[in-house]
Amino acid sequence: MSLAGRSAQELFSLVEQGDVSSVEIATDHLDAIEAHDGQVGAFLHVDREEVLKQATAVDEKRASGQPIGKLAGLPVAVKDLLCTQGVPTTCASKMLENFVPPYDAHVIERLKAEDAVILGKTNMDEFAMGSSTENSAFKRTCNPWNLAHTPGGSSGGAAAAVAANMAPLSIGSDTGGSIRQPASYCGVLGMKPTYGRVSRYGLVAFASSLDQIGPLSNDAFGTALLLEAIAGHDRRDSTSVNEPVPNYSQTVNEPLSGLKIGIAKEHFVEGLDSEVEAAVKTAIDVYKSLGAEICEIELPHTKYAVATYYLIAPSEASSNLARYDGVHYGRRAENFDNMVDMYAASRGEGFGSEVKRRIMLGTYALSAGYYDAFYLKALKVRRLIREDFDAAFEKVDIVAGPVCPNPAFELGALVDDPLAMYLTDIYTIGGNLAGIPGISVPAGCSEAGLPIGLQLLAPPMAEERLLRATAMFERETDWHTQRVSFGN
Amino acid sequence: MGYTTVIGLEVHVQLLTNSKLFCGCVNRFNPDEPNSQTCPVCLGLPGALPVMNEHAFKLGVKTALGLSCNIPSFTKWDRKQYYYPDLPKAYQISQYDLPFSEDGVFEIETNSETGETKKIGIIRAHLEEDAGKNIHDEKGRGNDSQVDLNRCGTPLVEIVTQPDLRSAKDAHIFLEELRTMLTYLEVSDCNMQEGSLRCDANINLHVETDDGHVIATPIIEIKNMNSFRAVEIALEYEEKRQYEVWKKTGNTLEGSSKQTRGWDANREITFAQREKEDVSDYRYLPDPDLVPVIVEEEFVQSIRDEMCELPADRRKRLQAMYQLSNYDIGVVINQGPEFANYFETVAKGCGDGKQATNWVTQDILREMNERSVGINEFPIKPPVLAALLTKIVAKEISVTSAREIFNTLLTDAAGGDMPIIEHIDEIIKEKGLAMVSDTGQLDGVIETILANNQKIADDFRGGKQGAIGPLIGQVMKEVKGADPKTVRQMIIEKLSS
Repeated sequence: MSLAGRSAQELFSLVEQGDVSSVEIATDHLDAIEAHDGQVGAFLHVDREEVLKQATAVDEKRASGQPIGKLAGLPVAVKDLLCTQGVPTTCASKMLENFVPPYDAHVIERLKAEDAVILGKTNMDEFAMGSSTENSAFKRTCNPWNLAHTPGGSSGGAAAAVAANMAPLSIGSDTGGSIRQPASYCGVLGMKPTYGRVSRYGLVAFASSLDQIGPLSNDAFGTALLLEAIAGHDRRDSTSVNEPVPNYSQTVNEPLSGLKIGIAKEHFVEGLDSEVEAAVKTAIDVYKSLGAEICEIELPHTKYAVATYYLIAPSEASSNLARYDGVHYGRRAENFDNMVDMYAASRGEGFGSEVKRRIMLGTYALSAGYYDAFYLKALKVRRLIREDFDAAFEKVDIVAGPVCPNPAFELGALVDDPLAMYLTDIYTIGGNLAGIPGISVPAGCSEAGLPIGLQLLAPPMAEERLLRATAMFERETDWHTQRVSFGN
Repeated sequence: MGYTTVIGLEVHVQLLTNSKLFCGCVNRFNPDEPNSQTCPVCLGLPGALPVMNEHAFKLGVKTALGLSCNIPSFTKWDRKQYYYPDLPKAYQISQYDLPFSEDGVFEIETNSETGETKKIGIIRAHLEEDAGKNIHDEKGRGNDSQVDLNRCGTPLVEIVTQPDLRSAKDAHIFLEELRTMLTYLEVSDCNMQEGSLRCDANINLHVETDDGHVIATPIIEIKNMNSFRAVEIALEYEEKRQYEVWKKTGNTLEGSSKQTRGWDANREITFAQREKEDVSDYRYLPDPDLVPVIVEEEFVQSIRDEMCELPADRRKRLQAMYQLSNYDIGVVINQGPEFANYFETVAKGCGDGKQATNWVTQDILREMNERSVGINEFPIKPPVLAALLTKIVAKEISVTSAREIFNTLLTDAAGGDMPIIEHIDEIIKEKGLAMVSDTGQLDGVIETILANNQKIADDFRGGKQGAIGPLIGQVMKEVKGADPKTVRQMIIEKLSS
């Protein structure tokens, strides 16, 4: 039986006990990619030989008796916006189609240091801007549960790769929900850690004050293990938090006692799909049955989250993406009249329409005379949203609710309605604005056979609590064990 | 109708750090190997992040303290956004509304004769990163522009003055004294040729009309001035040009946009570059990649504690100690801290400030220039010079003899024999330079010389005072260490009796 589709916990144990080699695991996952990625489209770049070389090196290292990393031999897929030395890093943009970074992102260094096998680079919305992965300049990614539906975004490839049994672990990034929303749509686990928990060094920036790298996996253990490997202080990122990293993978299976779970009425408002609502309420009942106390809380500024986000994120994006001007690297237009025209033509050709839309939004919001009314005001509201959460966490340990208002929508359904697309992030954005950790846990399935996720949010640096709460839920349910089977 | 000239300066100073402001790349002027001092951070590669260089911040604070600025307890970094090929991120990390220092004052000496000073307000000093450098095809084909990013990320302090300067000369003096101070503080090498000190100037006129009104003319910013002298003549030119323009057009500050003019050093004229209003909106944004800086009072105090005496203070102190002229103390101070240290050691050592000043500002400076060496490389060290001058003060040798010893020491040094104090006595002995003021020893020599020069003696008696010069010379030739004063006195006595 193929090792592809086994849980991260199983694979970890098999490797640890020496029952399977890294090469065997890598081979089975590469075979899965070869068999199914033509349909799913999760990956932008896979180099079979290179992957097997890494796996062989890990096996040799183990055989030689050298100390071995905590991800030894486990395949990890990486969203294509983390710089990988010598391997193309495109951000799914024509702008960086031929960009090969001369350096590794901090997270890539960590993966290598822990002897992971990097499987390849996954598809995404261009520069992480989008909620369906349809903004990729290169390919469409489909939801493995129903190929006519979106895997979500922007880490659509990262979530689809795990859901399609092509990788037990993957790395995504979450600026407004870009890990949690696709994890929810694809029925896998995805965590956005506390802002600063994982170094952003080498993460191609979208909105610097919101971007955070996080793990996706098919179980709580894998999520904990991968987070443990990539978290920690890095002096190259000034916003990196200098606090020790707990051994999440060792504590993940310890249940939490006396858990207080908060339910915000703002998370159950008009627009929430009834199947999603039912699944989330059932999930909350599971916790109740485990002895958790359920309390109502208020997050009164939730209604401003989307508006706030769409001022802050595009403003920072307009600045972060200004460097793609065709001068030093990346795409340069072939025909232009002068320097200014070279900028305009290169950017005009290199960026897709959603990226252009956000650059324009941000440029406008930061313009002289508008700054105070838009960006500055958004920063103030952001503070209020953070204070909402601070107040909530005075009363409860965790806030539980839906990840998204709906299960995965059909590909193409929202392409012409950016506002509706933006609203799919309504429940995830608050976590980014507040800088707190959140996780999406598989918690149900719609009648149409599409996964539904439960979102758990916790105070800053309380990732361990989230992971332990997730494992408690996993022991009671089997949503996370459900696997896609590709008929043919 | 008269007018007052109003000038404010913006000075960019590169800080003397080992590494750049936001990355570990070496901070060194190196145009010969373009793009060799770069990394993902200063190249602005995707995913790279800045980390503040604490030493640069410290040097910035030191500079600001030298300008008597306030150092607020909170400061932050902002992105100043514009497109230019030498700016790879398309934004410069700078400081916008909350600079790390503000509201200072810098006193300059506007008249070196009278010692009259003037206080120039400092609006702010902030830190920012330098851009790279575009290198354009000299042949003018226009398609071979290249970019060197070695300079990109070099730490800069931008100092903005109040419009308190009232003449081109004032501006020149301000820059000279600023450079002197920055050199004393060792925050910058202030090398204008290498671009480590750069200056833009804003100038307009307040014209007083016949009916007593004061009208301000439009403000002009002048760029590209590559020396202090250029700043002065550009401002002089601009002052006259603005007055002529005002007489012709009557344009005033209100209703006019700020214009930028370049300085053409060859033709010595300013030329229109662009209207300020064309300048892009910089869309300043607090840099989310950097955390704000909380400046503790202890931190500022620790910098204050390790600061050297500022040149203005040193000037006052040395002047009071040694009663030096404005001119002399100016020369000593402006040569930099090492030179002033040299002077101070010599003055203290020989106990005669005037003697020390004469030697240091004339003989030493001349020899330094001839050899093109700095004071630290000069072969005669301060204790040796002090010992030599002590002998003049004690009347053990004449100034003439001291010069001869000085030159001998330099010749020896050139031959590899480093001057030490003991050599002075050896040379005195060897050349018989010990001062002779023993009248008995001189008496016979003078008698003989007078007898051989009857004509000169008669001329002197006839009222030609200057006639005895050659006689003194002859005596000195005979008796090497003779004290010229004693010789002169003895000759006069003999001829007058």
